[in-house]
Amino acid sequence: MNELLNVSSSPHVRSKDTTQKIMLYVIIALLPATCFGIYNFGISALVLVLVTIASCVASEYIFNLITKRKQTINDLSAVVTGLLLALNLPSSFPWYLAVLGGVFGIIIVKMVFGGLGQNFMNPALGARCFLLISFAGYMTNFTYDGKSTATPLALLKAGEQVNSMDMFLGTCAGTIGETSVIAILIGAIFLILMGVIDLSIPASYILTFAAFTLLFSGHMFDINFLVAELCGGGLMLGAFFMATDYATSPITTKGRIIFGICLGILTGLFRFYGASAEGVSYAIIFSNLLVPLIEKISVPTAFGKGGKKHE
Amino acid sequence: MGNLTFKGGVHPFEGKELSKDKPVKPYLPTGDLVYPLSQHIGAPANPVVAKGDHVLAGQLIAEAGGFVSAPIYASVSGTVKAIEPRRNATSTMVPSIIIENDGEYKSVEFNAVDDPFSLPREEILERIKTAGIVGMGGAGFPTHVKLSPKEPDKIDYIIANCAECEPYLTSDYRLMLDEPEALVGGMKLMVSLFDNAQGIIAIEDNKPDCIKLISELVKDEPKVCVKQVMTKYPQGSERQMIYATTGREINSSMLPADAGCIVDNTATIINVFKAVKEGKPLTHRVVTVTGDAIEDPRNFDVLFGTNFAELIEAAGGFKNEPEKIISGGPMMGFAVFDTNFPVVKNTSSILCLSHDEVAATEPTACINCGRCVEVCPSRLIPSRLSKLMDHGDIETFEKMNGVECVECGSCSFICPAKRHLAQSIRAGRQTVLANRRKKK
Repeated sequence: MNELLNVSSSPHVRSKDTTQKIMLYVIIALLPATCFGIYNFGISALVLVLVTIASCVASEYIFNLITKRKQTINDLSAVVTGLLLALNLPSSFPWYLAVLGGVFGIIIVKMVFGGLGQNFMNPALGARCFLLISFAGYMTNFTYDGKSTATPLALLKAGEQVNSMDMFLGTCAGTIGETSVIAILIGAIFLILMGVIDLSIPASYILTFAAFTLLFSGHMFDINFLVAELCGGGLMLGAFFMATDYATSPITTKGRIIFGICLGILTGLFRFYGASAEGVSYAIIFSNLLVPLIEKISVPTAFGKGGKKHE
Repeated sequence: MGNLTFKGGVHPFEGKELSKDKPVKPYLPTGDLVYPLSQHIGAPANPVVAKGDHVLAGQLIAEAGGFVSAPIYASVSGTVKAIEPRRNATSTMVPSIIIENDGEYKSVEFNAVDDPFSLPREEILERIKTAGIVGMGGAGFPTHVKLSPKEPDKIDYIIANCAECEPYLTSDYRLMLDEPEALVGGMKLMVSLFDNAQGIIAIEDNKPDCIKLISELVKDEPKVCVKQVMTKYPQGSERQMIYATTGREINSSMLPADAGCIVDNTATIINVFKAVKEGKPLTHRVVTVTGDAIEDPRNFDVLFGTNFAELIEAAGGFKNEPEKIISGGPMMGFAVFDTNFPVVKNTSSILCLSHDEVAATEPTACINCGRCVEVCPSRLIPSRLSKLMDHGDIETFEKMNGVECVECGSCSFICPAKRHLAQSIRAGRQTVLANRRKKK
């Protein structure tokens, strides 16, 4: 032993968790919803998934290259963004515009703010809202079984009846990944078991929204309506996969619960009092902007700070 | 018996299997012995021998430098070779006494008593003080100071911290199995110093054999009981231990005594008993020599001043080239740059790792996942504190209770982005505490 040994500040051991592993778990958890979307909507859905992922990864790669920053695509976060963006698009959406969405999400929402962890808004949802505003026609054109049709939530808003069972299984119109509640829940359970997310945001979000629906939707005791509202419009996908995005949600449990309550109220407001039948995307990106304020009021009390000298 | 614990904490790889079943083996040193004059918290000890003096094992070589200080005794017989600065395991130069071992281990006479429990309170405290006993779990706080609180009537609990929550360490585990009577005896002595005190021996549930053995020993003791605590790091942290066993909380501006508690670790209590009963000063301790780079991990009974390199040889030497050697456990121990350091009063382990996990990973961007918040036993937001330190914002760091950090390292351990959170928070704490001292 001739050389000096490594010296560093304690602790000297590290857990096996890495950012890359966490992102990989999220990708795995999204696979049931992705596969169901491809089964449900056909090959065009698969094309969109591949195109958005490629667009997101390439955008991050090129951005890092041009700005001479360390390459970060290995952390897989761009893959997650691309996948989530595809799941939020209708299967008939033109692929070249999906590329544009990926570029917007990665460059404008994520990288110019400093990259992973620094973005103030969920990149996939930022891109979706950008596309929704810019290409509203394409974004709201849903086809199912070869026929152009409205989403269940739009039908519901128009006062028609919908089949909640179809919505739970996912055999209905919608974006690629949002229709099948059961596929989303399978992925969500996996994420919870792997310790990637906890229930604080999804549970407070869904419960608040359910309460809001019962009180303010005007369909007080219509259970079928409540179930349809919960299953439709990407609420489940949003609650488990997008609202729980680490960078754009509060860091403490208390903050996360407040965040979930904000989401529930905003989604209800947008859905029942807004022009559109959907509200999840806007509720999430709006609440993302509230996070710094929520963080301010949710600082935990330090251990022993409540402690008094024992008499 | 439920599992008592606190909120937060982590479960690192325990590594205790390497050495837990190896009985303690005495080790006799061959080289020179080095006694740093500062191996405790408080004033350094003052040497009472000079170069060339002949000393016996158990002879006083340096006296306490104040009330918060502790004397140091020779652990072998031999000649004082020099008194000069030497590097200790935290890599600072400390004035040290160097003794050349004559190999005869001639010892001074000790003043033993038959019934230590019949001694008056002052006599017990005096014997603990004279023996030079300090906290052997790591901090090295002089034990007689702990046992002399301002208001002794308000001490409700003496807590034996037998958690040994640091991975790899098995020295306290072996002591509990080998000398349980001394542990219980030490507890009884310490409890007898206070009129209203109850003794709690807190053991992690990964040591069921110790729990069983010691529970059996204390079953007829009215004032001492065993409590099982959850196996979780940092269960043995003083504040977390007090909370788990009594439900009381203290912060950085309080002492355990402010919550009516005194906490001491296993080895310390056993040595309290020996000092009072046998009149023996503290000259040796159990050290775990372990890690995946060690051929034959073991527990040694080591005389203070023994060189690390000798102990590593005694454990069969290296199996693999070590990348990192740590004095203490992997969570809070000190990394050393070579093996030329002496064992001192608070050296619990020499841990040799063939793979340095810290060097193997590079910190990447914080993804705000909140794992550090979840595991922080002090209920802080480590990621934000560390960010504040990156920006040099000491003021907000203090406002966010950065000083309440116990430096356990759980945040750095759990961080998926491998950020050095504990390191920057530690730096922040030191700055804040230094500023406060300046103001005073």
